[in-house]
Amino acid sequence: MVSARKQFDVLIVGGGPAGIAAAVSAAQSGKRVGIVDDNPALGGQIWRGETAQSNSEAAAWLAKLHAWDVEVCAGTRVFDQPVSGVLRAESGDGTYQIEYGKLILATGARERFLPFPGWTLQNVMGAGALQALVKSGLPVSGKRVAIAGTGPLLLAVAAYLKNDGAKVVAIYEQVSRTALAKFALKVAAQRGKLAQALWLRKELRDIPLITNAWPVAARGNGVVESVVLCRGGKHEEIACDYLACGFHLVPNTELAVLLGCRLQNGYVQVDDFQQTSQPNVFCAGEPTGIGGVELSLIEGQIAGLVAIGKEGEAQSLFSARRKMRSFAEALDRTFALRPELKSLASTGTIVCRCEDVKYGQMTQHRSWRAAKLHTRCGMGPCQGRVCGPATQFLLGWTPESVRPPIFPVALENLISETHEEKEHTFVM
Amino acid sequence: MSAEKYDVVIMGAGIVGAACALECARQKMRVAVVDHDVIGGGATAAGMGHIVVMDDSEAQFALTRYSQQLWQQLRPELPDDVEYTQCGTIWVAADDEEMAEVHRKASYYQRRGVPVQILSAEDLARLEPNLRKGMAGGLLVTEDGVLYPPCAARFLIEQAQALGATVQVGAPVAEIGNGRVRRADGSELSAGVIVNAAGAWAPELTRGISVKKRKGHLVITDRYPGFIQHQLVELGYLKSAHSVSSDSVAFNVQPRRTGQVLIGSSRQYGAEHKEVDHEILGRMLQRAQEYMPRLSQTSAIRVWTGFRAATPDKLPLIGPWGEDSTVFLATGHEGLGITTSLATGRLLADQLSGRASQIAREPYLPSRATTMEHAHV
Repeated sequence: MVSARKQFDVLIVGGGPAGIAAAVSAAQSGKRVGIVDDNPALGGQIWRGETAQSNSEAAAWLAKLHAWDVEVCAGTRVFDQPVSGVLRAESGDGTYQIEYGKLILATGARERFLPFPGWTLQNVMGAGALQALVKSGLPVSGKRVAIAGTGPLLLAVAAYLKNDGAKVVAIYEQVSRTALAKFALKVAAQRGKLAQALWLRKELRDIPLITNAWPVAARGNGVVESVVLCRGGKHEEIACDYLACGFHLVPNTELAVLLGCRLQNGYVQVDDFQQTSQPNVFCAGEPTGIGGVELSLIEGQIAGLVAIGKEGEAQSLFSARRKMRSFAEALDRTFALRPELKSLASTGTIVCRCEDVKYGQMTQHRSWRAAKLHTRCGMGPCQGRVCGPATQFLLGWTPESVRPPIFPVALENLISETHEEKEHTFVM
Repeated sequence: MSAEKYDVVIMGAGIVGAACALECARQKMRVAVVDHDVIGGGATAAGMGHIVVMDDSEAQFALTRYSQQLWQQLRPELPDDVEYTQCGTIWVAADDEEMAEVHRKASYYQRRGVPVQILSAEDLARLEPNLRKGMAGGLLVTEDGVLYPPCAARFLIEQAQALGATVQVGAPVAEIGNGRVRRADGSELSAGVIVNAAGAWAPELTRGISVKKRKGHLVITDRYPGFIQHQLVELGYLKSAHSVSSDSVAFNVQPRRTGQVLIGSSRQYGAEHKEVDHEILGRMLQRAQEYMPRLSQTSAIRVWTGFRAATPDKLPLIGPWGEDSTVFLATGHEGLGITTSLATGRLLADQLSGRASQIAREPYLPSRATTMEHAHV
């Protein structure tokens, strides 16, 4: 296996909006700037596969990035920090040992799934995951797609799928119409691009947006055929070919935790300059609070500027960030999960898909750790990324500490070079 | 407020504490088990779960063999999630010198009635084709097995509970002695006997006992059913594991019922933090790769560490602690606690109930330890 060494003054982990903005800002200094992302191309989850036609903002940022001398390591996943200031990453053709002066974590967020009977049927998937599959070629033309869960992502996905020819049956949003209307007003007042992107899009006009409704079961013989929804206290069954679900987002904080960054309410704690509790480590975008593209771009720019010593310039972005953060707080408030969702899973519902652990097995234990040890939940290849946040909501459990590797890696890649060197010296 | 009263209070709900609780409860004692964390959360959670007969010393052999037989007797009652599998151990000989050790070990075991089979180079390659080519051979110990320790501990605890034992988890203890257990919240339990089964943390409750932490690392892969069939341990393990002073690694891999491969082992003294140590992890995996080159491309999904409770003579401490007549010890099992837990429970309950034991108990009495010194300090 090839192992290469890289050195950057400023290294950014994550190539979504926050990471791209950070790289662009830091690159102005002429310092060596690198960006590592596990996807084959930059853009992150939100800008995946966007073109100048489909998203001019994304295209403009990518063009800015390419105008600078930023080294992009795509398809590369950071899995460990063997010693302070050095990350290890795995790519398709080998491993990298990446040394950094300043590190900016822009690791984004993932969808939260909540288990309900039938959620493991084929064609029941994450809303964002379905969108990603469609972007990479899954045909959905003429397919009936039901979208359920919570959060603005559902709307974006609905619009995208409809554009691609899918017949979006409806969007089922668990929050109330009133809460949603309040949120819409706030968004409109911001006159932000998010408003245009989501609320004013023509595609959404003839898709029913049903509030106060949530999925209670998916039915089908191996493959989903219908979804049962709770709506106004009554159950109704809707036929569908796909059920796209997402219960808002959870931040990807694993790398931050591995590096020893302090968390606060589940988010990476940062100061005004996006500095974490660890020296030389900054964090921007969703891991500091779910706030969407606009806030991520601002935080990314601030982190990038501070990393190259331009605190003054960064300060000029503080007021814009303040406005966007109030939006982020409104997001959290609006799309908070209603308590009824805690009773969606029945005793026989699988919660940990990697290890086939059922809800009834988990509830016999009092903590994540006890459940993990005795049922194997969270011990599979996803390392608890799905069932961890689910049980955090369902049972109030706190996840365990993070250990390397933070993603599964080829075993040989766990043998760090620092060790090989030592061995070598020893033999000599 | 009067203290809760028990005949026996056991400190630690690991597999050793669990076995002690069950055996005491069977002797009609009123038993409580107290643990600061969860059932099987310490070395029990971290260990491999290898049920193995060992022959470092006669006493070690007697204890491991006796305990293995107790596991075999218990086997029909073990629930499915304990995953007891009698897969056998193969002691792998890399060269002729180690092959000579195979023959010595074989005759030692045969003389004592332990079924073994000497494997030629060809036999070994046929049984475990993923081992590197050119091994000298090995020794298959057919009655050795593996299990999943946290569920085994839970099962023993549940059996004890069915006989009336009380279990208090998430209950940190500040102090034990003179027939009293004082919890961190100030409340107390009163006991005729307190059994310190707190593993590597036992010295925090009973100062002065000859138990040191010996840190280990393990790695588990994704599922590769059939990758290995037996627990495989290098015979060079004897050279490395026996050193009581220096850090060491050895090739020691285990097939899990899930098809996962559990990879060990490392031994470190003086390492107090549970964080992964990259240097020794690297050495351990390099060793594993040398023995089993195809492991290098398997997907490693988790790494963890744990602390063995090590004694200078590699034998556990089972019996009264001379400095406090109410305190008994059941700790110091190092890497063999899963194997020897059941025998420990029996020997302890024998002593408490005045019953004769099936094996000599003297080699494990803490009183022997007064003359022991840790070689490394």
